[in-house]
Amino acid sequence: MNAQATVAAKPSGTQRALRFVLPVIVFAAGLLAWELVVRIKDIPPYVLPAPSVIFLTLIKDWVVLSQSLATTLLTTLEGFAAASIGGIALALLFNQSKWVEYSLFPYAIVLQVTPVIAIAPLLLIYLEQQTAVVVCAFIVAFFPVLSNTTLGLNSVDRNLAGLFQLYGASPPQTLRFLKLPAALPYILGGLRIAGGLSLIGAVVAEIAAGTAGAGSGLAYRIAESGYRLNIPRMFAALLLLSLAGIVIYGVLALVSHLVLRRWHESALGKES
Amino acid sequence: MSPVKTSSGVETGLTALAVSLRGVTKVYDNGVMALGPLDLAVRKGEFISLLGPSGCGKSTALRIIAELSAPSSGIVRVARHEGNVQPGHGIGFVFQEPTLMPWTSVRENVRLPLKLAGTPKAEARARADEALASVGLADFADAFPRELSGGMKMRVSLARALVTDPDILLMDEPFAALDEITRFRLNNDLLALWRALGKTVIFVTHSVFESVYLSQRVVVMTARPGRIQADIRIETVEPRAEEFRTSAAYSDYCRRVSAALAPSYSGQSTL
Repeated sequence: MNAQATVAAKPSGTQRALRFVLPVIVFAAGLLAWELVVRIKDIPPYVLPAPSVIFLTLIKDWVVLSQSLATTLLTTLEGFAAASIGGIALALLFNQSKWVEYSLFPYAIVLQVTPVIAIAPLLLIYLEQQTAVVVCAFIVAFFPVLSNTTLGLNSVDRNLAGLFQLYGASPPQTLRFLKLPAALPYILGGLRIAGGLSLIGAVVAEIAAGTAGAGSGLAYRIAESGYRLNIPRMFAALLLLSLAGIVIYGVLALVSHLVLRRWHESALGKES
Repeated sequence: MSPVKTSSGVETGLTALAVSLRGVTKVYDNGVMALGPLDLAVRKGEFISLLGPSGCGKSTALRIIAELSAPSSGIVRVARHEGNVQPGHGIGFVFQEPTLMPWTSVRENVRLPLKLAGTPKAEARARADEALASVGLADFADAFPRELSGGMKMRVSLARALVTDPDILLMDEPFAALDEITRFRLNNDLLALWRALGKTVIFVTHSVFESVYLSQRVVVMTARPGRIQADIRIETVEPRAEEFRTSAAYSDYCRRVSAALAPSYSGQSTL
């Protein structure tokens, strides 16, 4: 098996390198073109800052921006945790009782389809600002967890379920040894979507909160810098938001891969 | 309606029966009559095959015996050990697919029935390894199901069915999806296990050749709703081996069983 794996890994190794190198080349070329256009046309930084200016701003304003980044990340994390626990718990509840599912599922959909940007101002009236922001992140992120977990719990192999019945498994045993492991790939898929969405939820709520609040997340910095025509800082904050999103996605994808690598198709190499 | 089950038969001689079905029917929720009325008696230690066309209810009969499905009417009796009240322990079930949990190792898959029954871990592991050894997979205990071939997965499934040391082994077309050479080998291994362990085996198949090769009795079923068309005893020199497959007696039996099966397919368009 190992021998086969190394033989098969050779062509896919170069392909993997290409998949990494090509976007980097595109990125560098884009930055270069941007820098050149700004310099040649002599565009002022309050219209379009050059990448080098953005980078310098990032370093110069690092104290302010890093605090904002920490604030936004904390909000995102809280929203994500709430969405994960809430989504999985609700899916388990739905799975136990059809009555509960029929009663509550429509409202989960209503929450999902109502744009969060429209709900945020209301939440800010009734809740403390920090709570409201976390609730926004939760509202946006919990639905994919709920629907994926529900799908996973309903995808249990019929014969395996029969086997558990045959051997007299109790409901907690069936849940622990059959339903949760079977649903795990779906749950992890849901969490991967929820990670990015909770960042979006946090940002939307911060923007809705605007300058009224004491909060100082990255989105608030973007709004504030916009009012002050500090365009380089807007870009710097945007860059950090983007990076945060990529890191969140990467971490969740890695966790998913590590958990599933021994058995699930999605995490297996093509050679096996 | 719940089936009546007693371990001690009312009539004498009934205690020698492992499974007895009387007037068992199954009507699906949509009103389709799937099975019966079916009368079947299986002696302890007997190897019988249920043979019939697809959809004749032979799998349903098996599921009813295993209590995975309730009969719409009729009486089901399954003999159990005295004091063997643990649900499922008297019965091992092998499904058409290997039905293994892909997320855990072969050993954990085989250990599952014991784990669900609360057997201490060390003992359960030892018994799982023993069951794996009996199907020739002792070296694969730590492998994951996806790393095994189709035939090996089926062996794991068989080991799992044997791990509780059941009295009755129910097998639902277990080898249908395997290639012929693997199927022949598993047939021989199953016969060897049956002779060594003395279990009652009820084997569902749609292969005439497989049913004649394996069983002491071939029960031929009609098309839906499944009833018994013929009950043919296969008598030959025991223990059977590969030579039986090529003997004249074997082809005679196959011809008889095929003839008994033919009416079940009449009225159906050629599929």
